[in-house]
Amino acid sequence: MAMSNIGRPTQPQAGGATSAHTSLTGARGLLQDEALIFEMGGWDKSGVDFDLPSQDASDLGDLVRTAPIGLPGLSEPEAMRHFVRLSQKNHAIDLALYPLGSCTMKHNPRLNEKMARLAGFGDLHPMSPQSTTQGALELMDRLAHWLKTLTGMPAVALSPKAGAHGELCGLLAIKAAHEAKGQAHRRTVLVPTSAHGTNPATAAFVGYDVAEIAQTADGRVDLADLEAKLSPDVAAIMVTNPNTCGLFERDIIEIARLTHAAGAYFYCDGANFNAIVGKVRPGDLGVDAMHINLHKTFSTPHGGGGPGAGPVVLSEALAPYAPTPWVVSAGEGFKLVEEAEDEAADTFGRMVAFHGQMGMFVRAYAYMLSHGTDGLRQVAEDAVLNANYIKAKLSPVMSPAFPDGPCMHEALFDDSWLEGTGVTTLDFAKAMIDEGFHPMTMYFPLVVHGAMLIEPTETESKQELDRFCNALTLLAEAAKAGDVERFTGAPYLAPLRRLDETLAARKPRLTWRPEPTTVAPAPMAAE
Amino acid sequence: MRYLPLTPADRAEMLGVIGVATIDDLFVDVPAAARKADLFDLPLHAGEMEVERALAALAAKNRSAGAGPFFCGAGAYKHHVPATVDHIIQRSEFLTSYTPYQPEIAQGTLQVLFEFQTQVAALTGLDVANASMYDGSTACAEAVMMAQRVTRRKKAVLSGGLHPHYAAVTQTIAHAEGMEISRQAVAIDAEAAVLSAIDAETACVVVQTPNVFGVVTDVSKIAEAAHAAGALLIVVTTEAVSYGLLKSPGEMGADIAVGEGQSIGVGLNYGGPYVGLFAAREKFVRQMPGRLCGETVDADGARGFVLTLSTREQHIRREKATSNICTNSGLCALAFTIHMTLLGERGLRELAALNHSRARELRDALAAVPGVEILSPRFFNEFAIRVPGKAAEVVEALLADGVVAGVPFSRLDPKAGMDDVLLVAATETTTRGDIAAFAQALKGRTA
Repeated sequence: MAMSNIGRPTQPQAGGATSAHTSLTGARGLLQDEALIFEMGGWDKSGVDFDLPSQDASDLGDLVRTAPIGLPGLSEPEAMRHFVRLSQKNHAIDLALYPLGSCTMKHNPRLNEKMARLAGFGDLHPMSPQSTTQGALELMDRLAHWLKTLTGMPAVALSPKAGAHGELCGLLAIKAAHEAKGQAHRRTVLVPTSAHGTNPATAAFVGYDVAEIAQTADGRVDLADLEAKLSPDVAAIMVTNPNTCGLFERDIIEIARLTHAAGAYFYCDGANFNAIVGKVRPGDLGVDAMHINLHKTFSTPHGGGGPGAGPVVLSEALAPYAPTPWVVSAGEGFKLVEEAEDEAADTFGRMVAFHGQMGMFVRAYAYMLSHGTDGLRQVAEDAVLNANYIKAKLSPVMSPAFPDGPCMHEALFDDSWLEGTGVTTLDFAKAMIDEGFHPMTMYFPLVVHGAMLIEPTETESKQELDRFCNALTLLAEAAKAGDVERFTGAPYLAPLRRLDETLAARKPRLTWRPEPTTVAPAPMAAE
Repeated sequence: MRYLPLTPADRAEMLGVIGVATIDDLFVDVPAAARKADLFDLPLHAGEMEVERALAALAAKNRSAGAGPFFCGAGAYKHHVPATVDHIIQRSEFLTSYTPYQPEIAQGTLQVLFEFQTQVAALTGLDVANASMYDGSTACAEAVMMAQRVTRRKKAVLSGGLHPHYAAVTQTIAHAEGMEISRQAVAIDAEAAVLSAIDAETACVVVQTPNVFGVVTDVSKIAEAAHAAGALLIVVTTEAVSYGLLKSPGEMGADIAVGEGQSIGVGLNYGGPYVGLFAAREKFVRQMPGRLCGETVDADGARGFVLTLSTREQHIRREKATSNICTNSGLCALAFTIHMTLLGERGLRELAALNHSRARELRDALAAVPGVEILSPRFFNEFAIRVPGKAAEVVEALLADGVVAGVPFSRLDPKAGMDDVLLVAATETTTRGDIAAFAQALKGRTA
């Protein structure tokens, strides 16, 4: 057996995956079960101190709440311990490689966190007089300049709050442009079968019919099928580039040309921009609109699911329809165009209250300054290098979905190599947890059977990639050797074992409710 | 390039393993014409000190809310956030984790989301809440779309007291979906006016309380009228602290309650990131947008939590998804839950009472200023005043006295013809000294 724990000084686990030893309390060393706040908090307990108000009369009459709300409180030390204990049940990028394809889990520099918390940004009110927020407006202007320059596009809408929200922004701009040209009859959006589910969902949300474009055997948009489906009814196509198979669309310039010739617009899903940033400008490829996930390309933390930010770059043709607000230079300073008048006569409207994810703008801008254009170019090169390295190292034991030619920033495998082993893609993924890694993206993209999509990102060292590839190689060998139990019951070493997701969906319990024996809190006296 | 671990030697060795000569051999699929050797009119990489200096210089050009007397509200509120909140959300395991799709190693995030959902359901007085939305305004638009799905009707009636940005966001989405928006005339005490707009085509009625002018309303009668017409009542709240003092939307008959949770734990951030609250009656759960976390058991029978009912969502349903929401504000929901847990029932009620009390002190002080008229009859921590002249000019003038006086209504809605209306808010962070400074400065400028 090969050394199983490259790069770590600890001894590999001997024998089976579980230990028979149990504690008296059910605790597992430092890993404690943690009750819900509703089961441990006090109805009259609090972790804050206030000066009580001098006046207790109010003129609110019967609008005042009298019934109990049902919110337990914890003292500060109890709250700290509760949430810290919970934190220990999470995997995170700061713990190990997080190889989620299509999700880009990279290092999150703490400098960016520190900058976003400067009082001038973190404690700044969105409706403060603009003369008191010139630094924030200047930062938005500079961020816009970076995004426009890196993409080769003339305009950018900063306000969308996430990638899917950016898609919505792009399609709303396209819809507005068609309506302005008297082309409202264009009701179809073409989307490749490999597209992320948000693409067709967004098109449908905007009221378009979605038609799928087929994929070629080598994982790209089928040009013949595209040509067959382009018609005077088509409003736009949505293509992800690099696509969700981890491949660059070789024919992208031709796709853009055909699309424009048919009178439609080209929406590019820019979720994977980190693979080409500094190397290729989407504007040079013929793109009309593209969202950029600041959290992916520019490293703002995922935070357990958000917040993200999804600014959208726009071509000359779509720029007039951009959502308000936006920043413009005004004399010596900057001002916000907030309303649909004057400079924004053709805007399709407003997508969010206020101006977007300023906290994310600060983080992304700090990241841009830290890398510079030379560093961002290196980001793309290292992301692509790391993915191809993984593809090369794992190809002997797993089956790459598209073996010929390089991939971009993520490596896609299918499950044909697991055939006959009795181990499923899901089993394999769960066994990765026991080896200390987050599972890769599974079953996506849908065009590949039993897809396993691995994205290492550029912030992984060669040592960590070797450790990861070694773990997956050992697992693959174990699966092929018939060590099925290691997989079907996995994970054995996580805080919990396989969760029953069917039960959760069949009998949804979405809030905590007191057990019948629990004494409900006494009603509060009316104030 | 301190964030990139590969050395030149690593790169050379890895290219060898891959079996190519140069890095550009990995970019062969990119059309040669589109590849750029060097193109950007942008700086090269910078060290940590340099970046910090550049950002600090920008931050210094802003006047933070804590820099002096400050009275802006209008959908974002300056509250004190306990130090514990920011410390915990910066823990790596929360900050740098992804969406909890692998529940066995995401129980920390999942349990917090379950606690968050329970807190939001309790605050709004409704059965179920989701694991958060982008912000209050997008939550409002999604609620209107949800009402369309539930009722299969096309018209939404929006109160004139709804925050103009919320109305605009809803209008944008509704236009795309082919929905009809009937927005009532903007007025200080506008809620009752929606009654006459409800008809058999109405999918939902949207009212805000406290409304954009700070006015609090008993919406029970509107709920009755909406239900009688087969429509849903959506109640919007932009100041989450008000839940601690006022009757909940659910108690007053709301079917869906949406809110902006920024006030609890999140901070101002110049408008984002914030956290949208979304709660509804249980029978609508499968029509709700956004993520849901549910309780279940693991293979050993231990309690655990998973994301659930995801067949409503985009990544599964594609063009049949219930919403455009692909993510949530997970970290902001965590901040909300920590702060709410520190407050507890008692702390929240005290905080709300304190806000209300400070706002009444502010009202009394401003009412004594000649030429100022208090416009909001009943309010929580924010109210509208009429000032002599344009509110925007008054605000600019008072900056010279070190006072940020509030939000001119004309900035939110220039077409409403309310140029002399100023929205002013007070919270627990407002001191008596702040109030006195404001009143004195206003007296000086209006005399």
